Amino acid sequence: MHEALDAGGNPSAVHASGRRAKRHLEDAREMVADVAGTCPDRVVFTSGGTEANALALHGRRVLASAVEHPAVLRHPHTLGERLPVDAAGCVRVEAVARMVVATGADTVAVMAANNETGVIQPLAAVRDALPEGVNLHVDAVQVPGRLDLAPLVAQADSLALSSHKVGGPAGAGALILAPGFEPVLLIAGGGQERGLRGGTENVPAAAGFAAALTAIDANEIARVRELRSRLEAGLRALVANLVVLGDGAPRLINTLAVTAPGWRAERLLMALDLAGVAVSSGAACSSGTVKRSHVLEAMGVCDDLIDGMLRFSLGWSTIEADIDEALARIAPILGRRRAA
Amino acid sequence: MTGFDELPTGARVVVAMSGGVDSAVAAALAKRRGLDVVGITLQLYDHGAAVGRKGACCAGQDIYDARRVADQLQIPHYVLDFEERFRKTVINDFADSYAQGRTPIPCVRCNQRIKFGDLFAIADDLGAAALVTGHYARRLPGPELHRAVDASRDQTYFLAQTTPAQLERLRFPLGALLKREVRRLADELGLKVAAKPESRDICFVPSGHYSEVVRRLRPDAAEPGPIVDVDGREVGTHGGLANYTVGQRRGLGVATGQPLYVLGLERERRAVVVGPKRALVVPAFRVNEVNQLVAHDALVGPVEVKHRAHEAAVAARLEPDSDGIRVVLGEPGFGIAPGQACVVYSGSRVLAGGFIDHVETARPVAQPASA
Repeated sequence: MHEALDAGGNPSAVHASGRRAKRHLEDAREMVADVAGTCPDRVVFTSGGTEANALALHGRRVLASAVEHPAVLRHPHTLGERLPVDAAGCVRVEAVARMVVATGADTVAVMAANNETGVIQPLAAVRDALPEGVNLHVDAVQVPGRLDLAPLVAQADSLALSSHKVGGPAGAGALILAPGFEPVLLIAGGGQERGLRGGTENVPAAAGFAAALTAIDANEIARVRELRSRLEAGLRALVANLVVLGDGAPRLINTLAVTAPGWRAERLLMALDLAGVAVSSGAACSSGTVKRSHVLEAMGVCDDLIDGMLRFSLGWSTIEADIDEALARIAPILGRRRAA
Repeated sequence: MTGFDELPTGARVVVAMSGGVDSAVAAALAKRRGLDVVGITLQLYDHGAAVGRKGACCAGQDIYDARRVADQLQIPHYVLDFEERFRKTVINDFADSYAQGRTPIPCVRCNQRIKFGDLFAIADDLGAAALVTGHYARRLPGPELHRAVDASRDQTYFLAQTTPAQLERLRFPLGALLKREVRRLADELGLKVAAKPESRDICFVPSGHYSEVVRRLRPDAAEPGPIVDVDGREVGTHGGLANYTVGQRRGLGVATGQPLYVLGLERERRAVVVGPKRALVVPAFRVNEVNQLVAHDALVGPVEVKHRAHEAAVAARLEPDSDGIRVVLGEPGFGIAPGQACVVYSGSRVLAGGFIDHVETARPVAQPASA
């Protein structure tokens, strides 16, 4: 990867530096394909998860689940109708076939796991419910390193990945295509990426993405899950009426979304940040304010609880002492609110 | 540097940062004083909607500027979404007041309910000892509220609804400075907003055409009605109460040979009452929603009152009672409108503030219903 960062060169060029860049790019493509359980020619590098989603959805008639990321929900070719979810945040599989017919959708978009709650979607069941000829697009940016990618790729016609979500550089991503699935051209150009995505490839970013994706140690999954349980138990001990969002559904091992009556997320976020605890709420607006979570709304969570949603994300570098330290810093802040 | 009395070094303070030069300098001074500064900007309205552009998610340049200044000062900074709260408590109140024939003063409501209401709750959440703003006013130990040293910038008229308990925890570091000193400080500190122009009168009416905002929120305020003279004779028609304020001369479209002024707005008949300038004379008026910053006894005696944002205070005598204060002007005033704020001063000190409710005139004119 370091070599790829040092090497300049246009991978489409014929000269030596171009060939070197091309080699790094194709190495990266093979690495991503390996992790995804597919062939290198089914991997299209993009500028990130958002563009990967956009390329998959462009020119189609898309029925998306109500809990998708804005990259999917706000795509201009995504219909206003939404696939509903249940109270735990799982897509209602029984609604899929009926809504596809009613809307005339040719593509259904269901994410592998939700970015706010970590809830894992029943993709195999969704796939089974799809009428013949309807494509399944899977936004999988949340899952590498937390779920095995290959079985998801096997369900999907197209699957979006993002580099920075796995610790790679921002500005890289990929769309994985099922055999026989051809995206509608979104960015025309000089025939790069087998003519599917124009523009000179960002070789260092692709190499960094591939390196990060392959560096994930599957043995860490159990350790992180254990830490998440420790955090969850600690928060429950602090807050008697804590609500864990997606409780009862399968969830990603590193995500914990909680709320409690009377909490105001944007205020708690500030106090926690000042105490050195980095927590998120729903989707962050570009102005930096906290916007109401469309995911929790879709789950039918009541307004008071939506406004209190806090999301803790654990990383590979998180250790047990970090969890205890975070809990020690959180305790007086929740205590201050009670006293107020 | 004055303005941070009674705060130990290292104490946490919240600075309300609007994105303008004044609050930026206030934050910089707090930082220089060695305080633990947290900047907060309230997103009060959808900038895109206010200027008629769709799809803008952000409040535009001011929030961006506030964040850039906070970055520059290396202080934590947060933006809070107050759109809904601001719409409900300030913008709707503004439109409703106009629809009732009153002349509202939204900045006072905003200071009273949002800046010094909600921001204090947030300061509590963050364990802050004080709330700092870039207002031109002085808080002296006591606490007492005094006019700013820079008389041309003094904002005490907009701050007189501040309660003693709020004042205890407020700090106004610009109160002892002249505006040009503030600009010079911004320049010296290299603040990114040093050359930024002054903000507008009413932040959520960027075009300055407040009647358009009122029309949108309260269509009834744009319904036509009669223009009547003091004897009740109809002399014309108007295009909605929202277009008129007491004391206004232009835009009546009625020619009677002598200059006509708006004397009052009658919500019931939806009438604009007009007459000669002398009929605007007001010897006394009542003030309600009184916020007292001194004991009741201190209100008796010669005082000055300011009943319009852009006019000087005038001599008056007060008759306080259980519901409010009757203000008897030393010299009769002109064009005094229900809904405006009235602030009572003794020298530089603010004694009390309230809202003009009922205007006594030399002639019988129906009064708008109390809100």
